[in-house]
Amino acid sequence: MLEGLLLGLSTAMSIQNLLMVIAGCLIGTFIGMLPGLGPMSIIAIMIPVAISMGDPSAALILLAGVYYGAIFGGSTSSILLNAPGVAGTVASSFDGYPMARQGKAGKALTIAAIASFAGGTIGALLLMIFAPALSSVALLFHSAEYFALMVVGLSAIAAFAGTGQVAKALVMTILGLIMATVGEGALFNLPRFTMGIMDLQSGFSFITLAMAMFALPEALFLVLKPKELSGGKDAIKDLRITRREARAIAPVIGRQSLQGFFIGVLPGAGATIASFLGYAVERNIAPKHEQDEFGKGSIKGLAAPETANNAACTGSFVPLLTLGIPGSGTTAILLGALIALNVTPGPRLMLDEPQIFWSVIMSMFIGNLVLLILNLPLIPYIAKVLAVPRYYLIPFILFFTLMGAYIGQNNATELLLLVGFGLCATALKFADYPLAPLLIGFILGGMMEDNFSRAMQLYDGISFIWERPMCLGLLCIAIILVVLPSYRSRRAKARGQGVADGD
Amino acid sequence: MALDRWIALIILGICLAYGYAAWFTMDGSLAPFMRRNPVWPSTFPKVLSVIGIVLSTVILLGLEKSEPKSADIDYRRLGDYQLWQAMALLGLMVAYALCLRPVGFLISTSAFLIVGALILGERKWYILLPVAFIATGSVWYLVQQVLGIFLRPLPAIFGV
Repeated sequence: MLEGLLLGLSTAMSIQNLLMVIAGCLIGTFIGMLPGLGPMSIIAIMIPVAISMGDPSAALILLAGVYYGAIFGGSTSSILLNAPGVAGTVASSFDGYPMARQGKAGKALTIAAIASFAGGTIGALLLMIFAPALSSVALLFHSAEYFALMVVGLSAIAAFAGTGQVAKALVMTILGLIMATVGEGALFNLPRFTMGIMDLQSGFSFITLAMAMFALPEALFLVLKPKELSGGKDAIKDLRITRREARAIAPVIGRQSLQGFFIGVLPGAGATIASFLGYAVERNIAPKHEQDEFGKGSIKGLAAPETANNAACTGSFVPLLTLGIPGSGTTAILLGALIALNVTPGPRLMLDEPQIFWSVIMSMFIGNLVLLILNLPLIPYIAKVLAVPRYYLIPFILFFTLMGAYIGQNNATELLLLVGFGLCATALKFADYPLAPLLIGFILGGMMEDNFSRAMQLYDGISFIWERPMCLGLLCIAIILVVLPSYRSRRAKARGQGVADGD
Repeated sequence: MALDRWIALIILGICLAYGYAAWFTMDGSLAPFMRRNPVWPSTFPKVLSVIGIVLSTVILLGLEKSEPKSADIDYRRLGDYQLWQAMALLGLMVAYALCLRPVGFLISTSAFLIVGALILGERKWYILLPVAFIATGSVWYLVQQVLGIFLRPLPAIFGV
């Protein structure tokens, strides 16, 4: 492990990669601050740049930097404007915004920065410990288990979608898998479902789909419903926190780093769930007099979600780097970028390309440090980006989505596909269909079919399902994950019917 | 019928068409030696189509009850929002897609940025024009010179 660490350190410390971390964090912070643009859109927009660099470690370092930067930037706009740029930082606004209203914006930003730093760093430490262990287990997996594992991942994502949403999330996943079968499959070399259109021969482009699913609907929502961006004009001063405050938030940071990390590792449960859960847990275990402060500017209430969401971001890298299975929309986009760079994440990544694996981990430490020391003093200036008028902002966002799709394929048809899919995605968003499962399904689709077909060929039929106990176990977990939420909601309703509506 | 069920109906249609293609049209052209394989190119799509049909029917019939949520934007009152701006921007994107090759990157992009800002209500030409031109020029320089991806800068008739 020490060898790997040194290898990672030497890769991550190269001038180019250091610049990538800094650039990624800054870009992420800038754009993440803009309400309505989440890390998924930012990463989707950055992918063409990352891919054209050609160096997978540098690309992943850049994109990971953008990811933490976006979460950090999102918390800045949550605190200053009560307008979270990122779903994962909504919980930060509960206490951050009241603090800013009380004139303690500087203090709130410092707490957010320290909590994010601690969450990210502790998360990276845990990643260093758990990822190698998990990937040595994963090396025992065959294609049958991989197939089953992907089924579990996809069902978990649907299961976390919320009550009454499981079927919708599953349908979106299936739609993503269906879209992945368009074009030539790796195992058969036969064009499928192309309807004779040459442009579909190579399938849909993942960048176009990512842009259409996330960046375009978010930009259109900004157009449809302009968000009020006043505020943030007051000077931000007094960034210091007292020793007593530091002592108060230290245990919160410790607990939430752990909890956030493990929530992040679960597929489907990302930074958003981690931050809300972190907030709720800390409020429940706080002493009575502190409990009343939650929601009115409690420093614990700010530190908890900030730590948890950063730790969860780091945690979500565990399944990506060790199993090659993304647990969230953002890591799914990262996976797509890696595949485009000819790197297949998975248990072999640590053995075959240790410099990528370890340099990403080392860059997490560097990235968190960069965010702490670079952004904290710069925050008052970075917050000025919130003053960019929307009539400049929106055309530029649209332009960058178009450019991203065009550069990837050098094909103008791709732009029409982008607009078409973007419209569909907006309609789906109106009807409350989750979009991340579609993209995750699309990205996993090819791998899932390959593993399924390989297992079928090895076992000459579907007997692999019951002949390999681990595969059977995983598939049972997947069924439980899907059935349990609807069963529970049905039971809750049945119980509710027995109770009279009396007062 | 609510929008989500209409969408489920459309998805059901897609799954049915996809399933028809997978079950009835794909296997005909399969080479004889591949027929002995336990897995055919149509195997996975067949499974997907069945699951997709079942799930979209579940949504269509409303078997899974969900509590109505207050969405960010209520599509029933779409007229209350800046709908024409959004439509105009979408039209602009299509126009950009069609013009990018024949008109060239520099002209179409500056036009896109200028018209986009105009649609959204910017009227200060002395800021708008320099911003659009500088942004277009620097993006072109970055993509073409730094990243090395070819973007035709001028209209095709100039032969570049």
